[in-house]
Amino acid sequence: MTVSSPAADRDVVTATGAGRVRARELWSRAGFVAPALVVVVALLWAVFPGLFTAQSPTETAALALQPPSAEHWFGTDATGRDLYARVVYGASQSIIGALIAVLVGLVVGTTVGLAAGSIRGAVDEALMRVIDVLLAIPALLLSLAVVILLGFGTTSAAVAVGVTSIAVFARLARSRVVSVRVTDFVEAAYGSGGTFFGVLWRHILPNSLTPVIALAALQFGSAILQISTLGFLGYGAPPPTPEWGLLIAEGRNYVATAWWLTVLPGLVVVLVVLSTNRLSQALRGGDAA
Amino acid sequence: MSAEPLLSIRDLQVRYRTRRGDVDAVRGVSLDVEAGSVTALVGESGSGKSTVAQAAIGLLASNGFVSGGSIRLSERTDGVTDLVGLPERRWRNLRGRCIALIPQDPGNSLNPVATIGWSVGEALRIHGWTDRTKIRARVLDLLERVGIDDPEARARQYPHELSGGMRQRVLIAAALALRPELIIADEPTSALDVTVQRTVLDLLDEIRTETGTGILFITHDLAVAADRSDALVVMRRGHVEESGPTAEVLAAPGSAYTRTLLADAPSLARVVERAAPAAPTLAADPLVEVAGLTQEFPRPGRSPLVAVDDVSFTVARGTTHAIVGESGSGKTTTGRSIAGFHRPTAGRIDVAGTEVTTLAGRRARRAFHRTTQLVYQNPYASLDPRQSIAEILTEPLRNYGIGSRAERADRASHHLELVALDPDIATRRPRELSGGQRQRVAIARALIVEPELVVLDEAVSALDVTVQAQILRLLARLQADLGLTYVFISHDLAVVRQVADTVSVLQRGRQVEHGPAARVFDDPQHEYTRQLLAAIPGASLRAHLSSEDPDAALPIPHPKEVLR
Repeated sequence: MTVSSPAADRDVVTATGAGRVRARELWSRAGFVAPALVVVVALLWAVFPGLFTAQSPTETAALALQPPSAEHWFGTDATGRDLYARVVYGASQSIIGALIAVLVGLVVGTTVGLAAGSIRGAVDEALMRVIDVLLAIPALLLSLAVVILLGFGTTSAAVAVGVTSIAVFARLARSRVVSVRVTDFVEAAYGSGGTFFGVLWRHILPNSLTPVIALAALQFGSAILQISTLGFLGYGAPPPTPEWGLLIAEGRNYVATAWWLTVLPGLVVVLVVLSTNRLSQALRGGDAA
Repeated sequence: MSAEPLLSIRDLQVRYRTRRGDVDAVRGVSLDVEAGSVTALVGESGSGKSTVAQAAIGLLASNGFVSGGSIRLSERTDGVTDLVGLPERRWRNLRGRCIALIPQDPGNSLNPVATIGWSVGEALRIHGWTDRTKIRARVLDLLERVGIDDPEARARQYPHELSGGMRQRVLIAAALALRPELIIADEPTSALDVTVQRTVLDLLDEIRTETGTGILFITHDLAVAADRSDALVVMRRGHVEESGPTAEVLAAPGSAYTRTLLADAPSLARVVERAAPAAPTLAADPLVEVAGLTQEFPRPGRSPLVAVDDVSFTVARGTTHAIVGESGSGKTTTGRSIAGFHRPTAGRIDVAGTEVTTLAGRRARRAFHRTTQLVYQNPYASLDPRQSIAEILTEPLRNYGIGSRAERADRASHHLELVALDPDIATRRPRELSGGQRQRVAIARALIVEPELVVLDEAVSALDVTVQAQILRLLARLQADLGLTYVFISHDLAVVRQVADTVSVLQRGRQVEHGPAARVFDDPQHEYTRQLLAAIPGASLRAHLSSEDPDAALPIPHPKEVLR
């Protein structure tokens, strides 16, 4: 086969080649902006719930078990409370709880990982075996045990969920520390008179932190889910409080007659969790579309 | 020579889309590759030479595309084909069969979980060979052809069991599998030792003469291009600076850039002017004394690996001692032991009255690092990416409690000037600097504590020739101004020849020869030293340059007279 008209061919290719590149770019930007919006809205719900709904989350507003309508976006529950308002007000419970959980995991886990990776030897062995034991216990079982030790309530549920994520944070932080501590710039820092803690604080910790922060964003999503699970089982916030897991648990008795009571709060949880996962991926610098 | 060359690139434009907008990496490059001859594409990193190669085999990165020009391949079965905008299906048919690629890094280019035989035979299977015995026979043939001993056994081995040179031979065999008309060799020997480089290049030459394959040879090394190519294309910042028959271009370079490249290539020209120290100073007043240095690494179930075997030398104050050798010769281990980063198995190292091998505790080590500093090979890895240049430079001063905050900042900007950098870059981060600038920062960091001895571990090996020449000149000036002593570790004899006063040649951990650099280079006693010297590329051009009368008009000889 011989080439017919190179000039024409070339123009076509240039156009499609450029178009493909641009489309991919737009797609990856949309894939970042949409989840970011979801997370921002959820955070605003948590901080200023009054701005998003005029209804009260705890007072009866209408007839019970009304389907979604223009007035009650998510319908009403068994006692006639506006479900959308309950979801909005519930955000603070779930999201502040998730923040506490992530903070516990991040701080304790990173400290353990940093110590294990930098001191090495017997300390490393001992710490990592403890982490192995933590990993061996199913997360739900572990968080239930901690909740029972601390007593029921939103904060203790959050701490319990945080404890289950310590092991993951510690493992990741340690693996980063181990690879950063053998780099040339760390050796050069020792070589220019750096002390052990000086180099740890100034070089090893900051350079190990990026993937740990990305994991924190990922854990944020799963913490919301786990706190909702605890709430669903009745170990979280006490009943009148609108907590996402609790909302779903309350609605489960009416699944056949009032699907919106479980499906709509469930969708909100799924959306927020997926969005934080996507953001975490972006933080890691991966471009999985 | 037919009317249509094998590969003809005309006015090629390649554009990359990035977050910061479009980048035109290649702007109007034209070149030809004739069947049976070598066209060398020479340029520094970032010149766009690899992009041209990738465009010619249709393997541009996903954000890159050809925005103009033509690439025409004149091949035996399909006639002339315009490669720009070829659908992927047609590319798959062409790649391997008509155009083959020899990639740069033999370490990463073979599938680590596939056997050598499977990797070499892959192209055959892709192009429809189904008969197992025929594939096997062809693979063994190819392995034998590229000079691999015992092909039967090697075909069953995995990449990690082979040396770098062997792996590069395997990649060549894989490229040759379907007798392609065009081979694109992208820096095929840059990662190899000089002696291995020579045998691999000889092999490519042989295959070319035998099969009539055309080769597009991408390299940063003008000396290699001078030795191996028929036509030369010099690229810079995406466009062609100069092109023509290799001999003509090198004999009478028309562009200032080509002349700079020639002047900065350590194997072709005198890059650094240094005053040779008088003979007595070399003997008297040693700053460094190394005696019987031995380093063993235990291997489970086997006798220990002897990385450094009884190495002894002295370095006089204010001179440069070079440790040369190929990879695995123990030169870096020796250098790191001298810099106090490594405790050897046996032997003594005395630096300015301190016994380095018995330094006990962190405090003694810290004190020692004020007299001895190490500069690393890779300036991309030796600077903390999260620090600003000012933080990098003031950190050693802060560690040793030198000066107040303002004094340290002053000293940092003074040292930036010392290494010929603008003090204004102090606020930047390493990623905003070029490789050469980073290496200058690394040198400034080493010098800021005013050491007496600087160990340079392949400190210029990762840099482009022009930058390398600048850093070598900088090092020579600093040595003269500050009275520094250098231990210069390098695999590049052409560079060592220019900077060293004394030399140790290491082969597999043993010091096979040492003495004054002039003596070792002009009258090598050991066979290995002679091999290393003979393997420095650019020999043909050197002979030509030195025989030339500088006052006479530059003759333009016939290519074959100069280069073959």
